[in-house]
Amino acid sequence: MSGIRGEVREVPADSNHEELSKLRAAGYNVLVDLTCVDRLAKGAPHRFDVIYRLMRLDPATGDDLGRVEVRCAVDEAPVLRSVKDVWPAADWLEREVWDMFGVKFADRPGIKRLLMYEEFQGHALRKDYPIAKRQPLIGPKSGDKADSPSFNILKPTVTGE
Amino acid sequence: MAAKSQKTYMLNMGPQHPSMHGVVRLVLELEGERIVDVDAEIGYLHRAFEKHAENETWNNVVPWTDRLNYVSPLINNVGYAMAVERLAGIEVPERGQYIRVIASEISRVTDHLTCIGATAMELGSLTVFLYLIKGREFLYQLVDHLTGARITTAFTRVGGVKGDLPPDFAEKFRAVAKEVRLAVAESDKLLTRNRIFMDRMEGTGKLSPADALAYGITGPFLRSTGVPYDVRRAHPYAVYGKLDFEIPVGSTGDNYDRYLCRLAEIEQSLRLIEQCLERIPDGQHSLEPKEIKYAFEIQDAGKHGDTALLAKYAAKVDQTLEGMGKDAQPGTRTADRKITLPAKESTYTNIEGLMNHFELVMWSWGVRIPPSETYFAVEGGNGELGFHLVSDGGDGPYRVRCRPPCLFPMAAMKKLLIGGQIADVIPTFGSINMIAGELDR
Repeated sequence: MSGIRGEVREVPADSNHEELSKLRAAGYNVLVDLTCVDRLAKGAPHRFDVIYRLMRLDPATGDDLGRVEVRCAVDEAPVLRSVKDVWPAADWLEREVWDMFGVKFADRPGIKRLLMYEEFQGHALRKDYPIAKRQPLIGPKSGDKADSPSFNILKPTVTGE
Repeated sequence: MAAKSQKTYMLNMGPQHPSMHGVVRLVLELEGERIVDVDAEIGYLHRAFEKHAENETWNNVVPWTDRLNYVSPLINNVGYAMAVERLAGIEVPERGQYIRVIASEISRVTDHLTCIGATAMELGSLTVFLYLIKGREFLYQLVDHLTGARITTAFTRVGGVKGDLPPDFAEKFRAVAKEVRLAVAESDKLLTRNRIFMDRMEGTGKLSPADALAYGITGPFLRSTGVPYDVRRAHPYAVYGKLDFEIPVGSTGDNYDRYLCRLAEIEQSLRLIEQCLERIPDGQHSLEPKEIKYAFEIQDAGKHGDTALLAKYAAKVDQTLEGMGKDAQPGTRTADRKITLPAKESTYTNIEGLMNHFELVMWSWGVRIPPSETYFAVEGGNGELGFHLVSDGGDGPYRVRCRPPCLFPMAAMKKLLIGGQIADVIPTFGSINMIAGELDR
């Protein structure tokens, strides 16, 4: 039952492509997920953890032969290289990581947002992005608090007070 | 180059297109009716699920998960609750696990019925759509009977489920299963050997197993290419390891195979529920209490200002109180007060329940899980539905990542559509079963 997360491996961010290609060559044929965690509130040395989740799937039997979770600690500087040439699934997932966290990939300078629109300001899943923040194209321009007494009083965490 | 650009033209499909069930925009580059290039633009239904979850307590995220794949909300509920339990290191009693499997499989059937029905409708077969949606309606009524809601179920709690199976559930299920099997059989007769349907479905939207794996595709889509990967088999969770079911696989990986796989999986899911109802043991459906104290002891502690104690013990109430709620209680009693919300009957009828409830739902109170990280996945209607959770020791998640299974086939749109006809967009898009709520979160 412990196998679904798999072994956790830390990999230096500047050699992510080589290390992941090695794993691909070792039979990890599925990129299950690619995501990111913002460590801002925890005071970690690097702000973001980019997480690659790989699986070795036997196409004949459908058995999962093992999983590995590869973690790269990065800051805002584009250090990571894209792995979309190794697993095409990485294309959209990297766009999502850029969209939500503002983590860039060195060889994808013109990367496009995935879920939000181009005029969106900031990166929504960063810990310093306030949940009540207004966007220029949407809603009242003033950035006032939401007009709901219960929303503002009962949950101070939401409004950032 | 210039000559080519004169030959091709762009066509926008969506974001609101009558034959695409879901808000998504496809930008097609066409040469006559042949697709030269395609670009999918998503995000129209983004509701910031992950951001919201970071601002909620562990239990309060459950209702948000309904809104992921809104055609099979119970699977999302179960997947999220099990991920949190994995993080907290707790395990639900066996009866609760059986109930979760039953709930998940009902949802899987509604998911597949919707997918096949909608695809058939878009290809002109409205009759099949009506038959299958009728079948789904019976299942929704069953879900309503079980959870109190048709779609926004919020059925699981961290540490258990909302309530026990209603006493007449098995009987009701048998009647519903008969209707669903009838609807499926009727649709099977109308569609499976139908010339028009086969012409549209066979050989379109084809994907090789190697490509499907490279794009990270799972679920019925991957199985249609012949790879029998199913999370329920590869990493059995809840009680799937004890149950007998088959994994239907296709051979060519085209739209027709995906249709056949889903149709066969409906029968397997119904079989699973039947087995569960036969084998389900008696007992608690949610966590047992660690320690029970008399209510007056808890009240005394509360009077002395020791309110932190209140959440830790289950209260043994005196006979008067026990008598009051007795009829309503057996169905929904949950026990471990540190983690599981008390039964609604308890919340409304006695002070212990009310205090317990508030202690768990007030911000900065709730369940506390030690700092840790985990990944857990269940088999959703469209494939591996994973949750990556990070706890920083607070009363809510620090980060919730949902791995949306239908994002992966959507990302493979280019591979699926380029070279085909514009008419192939409809069956291919239908068989991807894109659910915008899950895709855009």
